[in-house]
Amino acid sequence: MSDLLDNKEAATEAVMEWLNKKAKTKSKFYLKDFYKIFPDDKPRMIKKVVNKMVEDGVLEYWSSGSTTMYGIKGGGIQHSSEGEK
Amino acid sequence: MAKHETPLLDQLETGPWPSFVSDLKAQAEKRAKNEEGIEFQIPVNVVEDLLGVVELSYKHGRTHWKHGGIVGVFGYGGGVIGRYCDQPGMFPGVEAFHTMRVNHPAGKYYSTNYLRELCDLWDFRGSGVTNMHGSTGDIILLGTTTKQLEEIFWTMTHDMNQDLGGSGSNLRTPSDCLGQSRCEYSCYDTNALVYFLTNEFQDELHRPAFPYKFKFKLDGCPNGCVASIARSDMSFIGTWKDDIRIDQDAVNKYVENDPAYPANAGAHKGSKDWGPFDLEKEVLGLCPTKCMKFENKKLFIDNANCTRCMHCINVMPRALKIGKETGCSILCGAKAPILDGAQMGSLLVPFVEVNPDNDYEAITDIIENIWDWWMEEGKNRERLGELIMRQGFQKLPVPETITNFILL
Repeated sequence: MSDLLDNKEAATEAVMEWLNKKAKTKSKFYLKDFYKIFPDDKPRMIKKVVNKMVEDGVLEYWSSGSTTMYGIKGGGIQHSSEGEK
Repeated sequence: MAKHETPLLDQLETGPWPSFVSDLKAQAEKRAKNEEGIEFQIPVNVVEDLLGVVELSYKHGRTHWKHGGIVGVFGYGGGVIGRYCDQPGMFPGVEAFHTMRVNHPAGKYYSTNYLRELCDLWDFRGSGVTNMHGSTGDIILLGTTTKQLEEIFWTMTHDMNQDLGGSGSNLRTPSDCLGQSRCEYSCYDTNALVYFLTNEFQDELHRPAFPYKFKFKLDGCPNGCVASIARSDMSFIGTWKDDIRIDQDAVNKYVENDPAYPANAGAHKGSKDWGPFDLEKEVLGLCPTKCMKFENKKLFIDNANCTRCMHCINVMPRALKIGKETGCSILCGAKAPILDGAQMGSLLVPFVEVNPDNDYEAITDIIENIWDWWMEEGKNRERLGELIMRQGFQKLPVPETITNFILL
């Protein structure tokens, strides 16, 4: 595992910086998009760290039922935009 | 009187088959009467609105569902599929109509008590509409609101010892045939392997790991009762290395039309008069590789040329049995609507031992190698079979322990 991925704070910061940069055009991303942030790491390790970020409330899932995407928690489509209170 | 007129749906009830429309109407009526005094946690008329929105879709020729969402239960990236109606004013009962997938047990063994408990929970916190089972094998609970999801999950995991299944870019709930629990043809204990894989790969089942969905299915023998070869990214089909076991006395009983030895174990008896059993016509002549002969009251099988089609064993189960050195073959890449149409799995490993004593090491090694390759090389929303088509079957990684074994 690279030093960047191994350091929880640094990894979170790198992810948030990358997502915020893209926020103007997109709010949901595939897992594979995160590979670019951690080019020296194996996909399986990246998956573990990104899923931990969801557990920590930094990111959230969006699922179509067949595919899952990730976004910043509270960004893009939310329950309220589906008409829910 | 029904809340919505449904003339188009009513037509579906006139066909010769059981109709989901009739079932939904019965459920709508049951909820309206509420003879059991259930304190419904979602709108009482959810099923009536469901009928209404489906009718409208038939009328307009397009869906009125918005599929997907951020809904889920804490810590899980699968098991819940968000669904919303784009006509909440007309059909408020189905404004949010989420699906939950329930991880079915290996072999789909339930007690009636368990099913009753699950249905009671679903009547209380959901629409009461279920799908037994979805094509992945899970029990599908259709229709509840966002607020109920955590409550249902809590009851399932704390009171019923029941987990959710897989959805999204996760490993889907592994699915199998009854295996050795009921079937003499099964070459390995499919139930035990499903149980192991489900526990071993919990993280992959509950948290998205892959470019797209990934399915395991396990058939105990080449009869393929769960059709794993056509329905899963990775298919485990029971097989054997040695010879088909022949009981020559029993073969002759079949030939002599002994009533205690009916062809196909009597499975087709009574449907029509099949006439006396004819070994030549019904077994030898139908062997796809013509590797059998019957001479001087003795049956011979050229096992090197047997493709394990199971036909002879199915027809004469008291005379022929699977070999004793059993294991499974692993096939990869099946998918229904692939680029060039439906694709069956391709044989990757002809034989691998199924050994619970070493935690199925040989099998998990193969799985993890393939996952690593697919996660690295697969494009977004590209199934394993599509990656194989794009890069070539030769690129599929197989652990050295297996290739060495095959070369031997």
